[in-house]
Amino acid sequence: MKLSEETHKHIDEVISRYPQKRSASLPLLHIVQEEQGHISDEAIEWIAEKLQLQPINILELVTFYPMFRRKPIGRRHLRVCRTLSCALNGAYKVCDSLQKEFKCGLNEVSPDGDVTIEFVECLASCGSGPVALLDDELIENIDETKTREIVGRVRNGQN
Amino acid sequence: MPVQERRIILKHVDQPDYTTDLDCYLRHGGYEVLRKALQSKPEELCQEVMKSGLRGRGGAGFSSGMKWNFLDRKSGKPIYLICNADESEPGTFKDRQIIHKDPHQLIEGIMVSCFAIQAKQAYIYIRGEFPLGARLLEKALDEARAKNFVGDNILGSGYSCDIVVHRGAGAYICGEETGLIESLEGKRPYPRIKPPFFPAVLGLYQCPTAVNNVETLCNVKHVIDMGGEAFSKIGKPNNTGTRILSVSGHVMKPGYYEFECGAITMGQLIDEVCGGLRPGRELKAIIPGGSSMKVLKAGERYKGKTKDGKEFEWGIRDIPLDFDSMLTAGSMAGSGGIIVMDDSTDMVEALANVNAFYAHESCGQCTPCREGSLWMNKISSRMSHGQARREDADLLESVAGQIAGRTICAFGEACAWPTQSFVDKFRDEFLAKADKSATPEATEPKRAAVPLI
Ligand SMILES: Cc1cc2nc3c(=O)[nH]c(=O)nc-3n(C[C@H](O)[C@H](O)[C@H](O)COP(=O)(O)O)c2cc1C
Ligand code: SF4
Ligand code: FES
Repeated sequence: MKLSEETHKHIDEVISRYPQKRSASLPLLHIVQEEQGHISDEAIEWIAEKLQLQPINILELVTFYPMFRRKPIGRRHLRVCRTLSCALNGAYKVCDSLQKEFKCGLNEVSPDGDVTIEFVECLASCGSGPVALLDDELIENIDETKTREIVGRVRNGQN
Repeated sequence: MPVQERRIILKHVDQPDYTTDLDCYLRHGGYEVLRKALQSKPEELCQEVMKSGLRGRGGAGFSSGMKWNFLDRKSGKPIYLICNADESEPGTFKDRQIIHKDPHQLIEGIMVSCFAIQAKQAYIYIRGEFPLGARLLEKALDEARAKNFVGDNILGSGYSCDIVVHRGAGAYICGEETGLIESLEGKRPYPRIKPPFFPAVLGLYQCPTAVNNVETLCNVKHVIDMGGEAFSKIGKPNNTGTRILSVSGHVMKPGYYEFECGAITMGQLIDEVCGGLRPGRELKAIIPGGSSMKVLKAGERYKGKTKDGKEFEWGIRDIPLDFDSMLTAGSMAGSGGIIVMDDSTDMVEALANVNAFYAHESCGQCTPCREGSLWMNKISSRMSHGQARREDADLLESVAGQIAGRTICAFGEACAWPTQSFVDKFRDEFLAKADKSATPEATEPKRAAVPLI
C-alpha cells in the first residue's frame, strides 16, 4: 500500500510497543486515516496482514469506532459537540447555522468540498460550550461571532 | 468569608509562567516524589495509599488502596497499570486540564503507582478526541525518558517500566475499564463479564491489571509526598483529599474548581464560586456527577442521620460536595461533573438529549441496554417533537426499569438512571408535554430530526 517511507517506519515502531501485535490495530488505523483521509478496503486488508489478522478483525473496528470513516471528507473536519451542557448553551443553533453557511447536511461533504460537519458527543470541554473541533483544534464558547470566524477560516483555507 | 479553593492537583495549572516543559516541572520540584518513592519498599507505598483513604476519581469512588490489594501478585504473570484518560462522561472536563496543562504531574503519578504495584508496563488510554493531549503526553514522555524518569533502570533503582500512549477512537464505552482493556487489545470495546474478568486478576492480556483515572493517579503522587496519614486529614473521613469539580450549564462562571472533599456545599459552589445563575433565573435541576447520575430537583428535601445519630434535613443547596453526602441525597458524586439547569430548561428536551447520547454509545452486547437505550431515545425524542402521549411517562419508566441490574456493565444503570430520575421528579412536565401535543397546532410535528434545546 502507498504510504510514505517515514510512515512505514513509524508503523513498525508502533507495533513493537505492544506485547501482542493485535493491540496495534487502533494506532495503525489512526496513522493510515491521517495519511489517506479515510480507511479504504485496501487499507483494511493491508493492516490485517501487517498484524497477522483477518480483514474482518479490522473492518469490525472501523464500523464500531465513530472516529474511523470509510469515505473521504471535506478539506476541513468540523466536529460540533451535541451533548447536554453544550446544547443548554446553544449547540444546536450553532450546528444549524454552520450547515446553512456551508449548504450541507451532517456527515456529508459541502458542495464546494470545503468541509464536513459532524455532530459529535461530549468533547470534555463542557464548561466552555458550545465547543467544536476544527480538525485537531478545540474552539470554545462558540457564539455568532465565533461561528462567522470559523466560516471565514474554512472558506479562506486558513489554518 | 468567600470560599477558598484548595488546589493540590491543579496547583500550577493556569499559573502565568507554568508550561508543560520538563524544565518547568523540575523547577517546581517535579519528580522528587518519584525519587523518594524509588527508595521505599513497594508494599509500604501501597500501605500509604491504603492509609490515605483515597477513592477513585473516575466515577465509582472505589478505594484505590483496596483495588491495588486485589491485584493477583501470586500468579507470576506481569502486572499492568492503565491510566484511564478516556474522559467521556458528559459534564466532565477535569482530566483534560491535567493532560493538557500539567502532563508531567500525571507521568510522575503513574510512575510512582507503577513502582508501588511493581507494574511491568503502563498504558495511558486517551480518548481519540484529545489529539493535542496525546501529542503533549508523547513529548513529555520523550523528555522524561531522556532524564531516566521513565524506561529502564529508572534513576539507577533497578526498576524498569515504560509508558505507552494509546489513543481511543470516539467510543464512550472505552471508559468502562474492561471495555477499555478489550480496546487496548485491539478489539471492539465490549465490556467483559465480572466475575470472572476482574481486571485485578484477569485484565489486560489476561494478566493482573490496575485501571485508574487520571486524577486518581495524580493524587497518588501527593499521597506519597505528604504521607497517607496527612492526606487522610484533608477533606472528611472516608471522603479524603480534594476533588476537581467540573461545572457546566446555566451558571455565570462555569469551569473547573478544586476543593477539599465536603468543604463546600452545592449552594456555595453555584452561588459564590460560579457566580450564580443568569440574571432573573432560578435553579431548576442539577445533575451532580456526570450525565449518568440521578438528577436533583430544586425544592427537594433530603433527610439523613450523621454518624453520631443527629438527624438533618438538606435542601439542594445544602448538600456538601463529597461522595457520601451525594449518596444521602439519592444520587452519586460520580466523575465530579456538575451540570446546572435553570428554569428556562425543558426537562423533556434535556432528557431527550441525554438519551440520544446513551442510545449512540451503548455497545450493543446486552439486549436490555441496546434495545432499552434506543427506545428511551425514540420515546423522549418523539415527545420533544410535539408528539407526546400521556402514557409516555409510564412507558419510559417501564423501559428504564428493565435495564439496570440485567446487563454486563454499569452502562446499564448509567443509561437508566437519567430516565428514571427525570420522569419521577418532573412527571408533571412529561404529562404537560402530552397535553400540549394534543392541541390542534401541535399535530404537525416539529422538524423530525434530533431534539433541540
Ligand atoms: C459506562 C462507563 C464509562 C466510564 N467512563 C470512564 C471514563 O471516561 N474515565 C474514567 O476514568 N472512568 C470511567 N469509568 C469508570 C471506570 O470503569 C473505572 O471504574 C475507573 O477508571 C477506575 O478508576 P478509579 O478507581 O481511579 O476511579 C466508566 C465506567 C462506566 C461503567
Ligand atoms: S450494559 Fe450496555 S454498554 Fe454495557 S456491555 Fe451491555 S450493552 Fe454494552
Ligand atoms: S457537553 Fe459539549 S463538551 Fe461536554
